[in-house]
Amino acid sequence: MFNAITHSQMFVLDQDEALDFYVGKLGLEVGADIDFGAMRWLTVRVPGQPEREILLERPGGPGMSEETAEQVRDLVTKGAIGGWFILTTDDCRRTHETLLERGVEFTEEPTERPYGIDCGLRDPFGNRIRITQVTA
Amino acid sequence: MNRAVEDSNRRMLRARDAMDRAYAQPLDVPALARIAHVSEAHFSRTFRATFGESPHRYLQRRRVERAMFLLRATDRSVTDICFEVGFGSLGTFSRTFSAIVGTSPREFRREAAAPVVPTCFTMAWARPSRAPSAPADD
Repeated sequence: MFNAITHSQMFVLDQDEALDFYVGKLGLEVGADIDFGAMRWLTVRVPGQPEREILLERPGGPGMSEETAEQVRDLVTKGAIGGWFILTTDDCRRTHETLLERGVEFTEEPTERPYGIDCGLRDPFGNRIRITQVTA
Repeated sequence: MNRAVEDSNRRMLRARDAMDRAYAQPLDVPALARIAHVSEAHFSRTFRATFGESPHRYLQRRRVERAMFLLRATDRSVTDICFEVGFGSLGTFSRTFSAIVGTSPREFRREAAAPVVPTCFTMAWARPSRAPSAPADD
């Protein structure tokens, strides 16, 4: 029935700040950055992996009442909105070191797990992301 | 709701993350308030308003969750586990564990093996709940 998961979404409070973080610090690349006037379609992806993109969406707009948008922002900053993803790497410890130097806020140091080595971080808004070096 | 609330939420989340990460350390209100960059007087009240429980109870549940894991996954002694997860005495540990989980650490030990899923997921879902029967902690 299906071929792939191509897009998923995360709420961010500010798309420019999100770009600074996801591209400037994490080293992802912009998949699309299109200003439709009412909305800005902004996606990021792992360089060289165009088949999977994350939409960085700002809560609000005509599709959501201001009250609802406030609730979403509240949940994002409490770390409760739930959007997250795992980035895989060949070297979790080195990636952690590099990102630490760039000022990324880690919630968990690289740790040995039954499935590999991984660590956890938060984006500037409260969303969580994991970096996993899967055991071969 | 405005930027000030969002900023406050984010600071409280930073302190909560510190409890998740450094649960075995003696994290008291002054230390947590420093992490959140707010005054000590402000911290506990704001944390409770943000997450619905006191920072003390949150830390207890995190420590009990780790103890539950170690009781299930290792054969280390209850005393060993008590200090490993950050409790200062066996009495406090047993009392807190029983109040939160509903059974003593030794009784709990007869549980099944730990699941293999990402730890952030386990951390959130394996956490003992905020049982209404548990005594208030502050």
